[in-house]
Amino acid sequence: MMLDLSIDLGGLRLLNPVMPASGTFAEGLANTIDINRLGAFVTKTITHEKRSGNPVPRVAEVHSGMLNAIGIPSKGTDYFIQETVPFYRHFSPPLVVSISAPSNDGFAQLAAQLSCVPGVAAIEANISCPNIEEDGKAFAMHARSTAQVVRALRTSTSLPVWVKLTPNTGEIAAVAKAAEDEGADAIVVANTILGMAIDIHTRRPKLGNVMGGLSGPAVKPIVVRMVYQCHRAVSIPIIGCGGIANADDAIEFMLAGASAIQVGTATFVHPAAMIDVLDGLASYCQRKGLANLNGLIGAVEDTGFVPFEAMA
Amino acid sequence: MPLISSSVASAAACVGACSGQPAPDTHGAVLSNDWVNREYKHLILQAGHPAADARAGQFFHLLCPATPSDSPFFRRPMSTYRADPLSGRVEFLYKVTGSGTRGLASLEAGDTLPMLGPLGVGFSLPPVARQIVVLGRGVGLATLAPLSDLAANAGVGVTAILSARDDDSLMSQDRFAATGASMIEVTDQAGTSTVENVERILRELHAAGRADAFYTCGSSRLTRLMQRLGKELAIPGEVAMEQQMACGIGMCYCCVHAFREGEKLVSKRVCWDGPVFPLAEVA
Repeated sequence: MMLDLSIDLGGLRLLNPVMPASGTFAEGLANTIDINRLGAFVTKTITHEKRSGNPVPRVAEVHSGMLNAIGIPSKGTDYFIQETVPFYRHFSPPLVVSISAPSNDGFAQLAAQLSCVPGVAAIEANISCPNIEEDGKAFAMHARSTAQVVRALRTSTSLPVWVKLTPNTGEIAAVAKAAEDEGADAIVVANTILGMAIDIHTRRPKLGNVMGGLSGPAVKPIVVRMVYQCHRAVSIPIIGCGGIANADDAIEFMLAGASAIQVGTATFVHPAAMIDVLDGLASYCQRKGLANLNGLIGAVEDTGFVPFEAMA
Repeated sequence: MPLISSSVASAAACVGACSGQPAPDTHGAVLSNDWVNREYKHLILQAGHPAADARAGQFFHLLCPATPSDSPFFRRPMSTYRADPLSGRVEFLYKVTGSGTRGLASLEAGDTLPMLGPLGVGFSLPPVARQIVVLGRGVGLATLAPLSDLAANAGVGVTAILSARDDDSLMSQDRFAATGASMIEVTDQAGTSTVENVERILRELHAAGRADAFYTCGSSRLTRLMQRLGKELAIPGEVAMEQQMACGIGMCYCCVHAFREGEKLVSKRVCWDGPVFPLAEVA
């Protein structure tokens, strides 16, 4: 039986569902793994303007994960188009460009500019970085601000638009629905969870930005839950992202409703993590007699639990 | 769009855009891991090609094992103490201080250690240099030790100023001695390790024509000193920087430091643009 791991993400066909999470992938990985095996490339978030990023320390190790507050250092769009995009033209996976801007118009202008660049296959709108504005404020905290920015993006580009949501909202399903209603082609669930760590000897926050985003295995159950909630709320594809370190994690996200997955923090520890996820996914399908991934997506069997009726 | 199937070919395609050097995740086999004093251990691994081709100043990103009391999450960057392409051995000299190095300390002969590398930009010798001065303190001396081989192979003389808290904490004398370097030992205990005294020694070496280039590692105090004297006396130099890292291969932008490029201050990644930088550029 031929195994077909390809996946349709709102008009963009990927040969497999495994890709890097934005901010955890760059040209250097090509020295260590065969990046042509990835389903897609997702760039570090770029902005129109040059940005220096946050003070160091920008990262802190925590139990089963990391806190980061990098702060989107960016050399600007012109540098990106002239220097970064040409590098990826040497490779076959589609290039997804993660973008950020301070306003609806800013997002729209950046998306429009990238739409004319050969080799850019889709836009991932990072409307959810917790490290740019005070206390993790971001467009994706609320359905209304999400709707406005996605509407602006939709009218500015014919490229597929992926919208990356934040787990820091209390209304993830409503935010997902707002993105879908305004024409998003897919949603990425999710960015990092706003957190903090303090050195008890120096009494200093462990991050120069004081607060930062939590990622890694520590966040996985929270994000699996959010993928599950979003899957019940929308019909556009969901790209799961949160603590995936191996194929088992990826399959769990797919059962919750993800059509594709992003690997981030795990790559910092195991540069070949994405390749291992891909190989593990293929062998799981073969063991289970699956010819493709369709039978996995959203296939969690969540009914049939018998109510517990005995009184305490 | 050309399809490139092997990682080596992919690396070849990125010349110009990135360093292009293959950096596989090697599983080094531990040959020994012995204490050299109360604080430091010396780890010797059989790692083969290309790990053992590491150049002076390059580093590896080590997946330090967990112990019953420690679970280091990230890898730990560690500069190479010695890499020998002939024997295929790679060595590290490290101070046992935190969860990562406590994990490393638990390794025994026969264990394996995932080691990503060699990574980063190493030391270089100016074409005109006949005599160089290497200045290091504590564990920084482990990073500088391979410079003695680099210099010896190029027919360049080395004066090594070894600084430490006390005589027992002095490192790497045998490495420098083996290549015929002259050594000057300074310690806190003897009161000889002050910036003032080290400056006096550096000026004497310069006056004696033995300082065509300066090299140092880690300590910001010694870096500032060599930077200041280098500027005054027109002596080029390099410094191996230390910075906390997550990915080690230029992706996460955690390990940035500020550098001078003309009038501008620019951010560079210690793992990717360094860890060795021209002394004059450090901001």
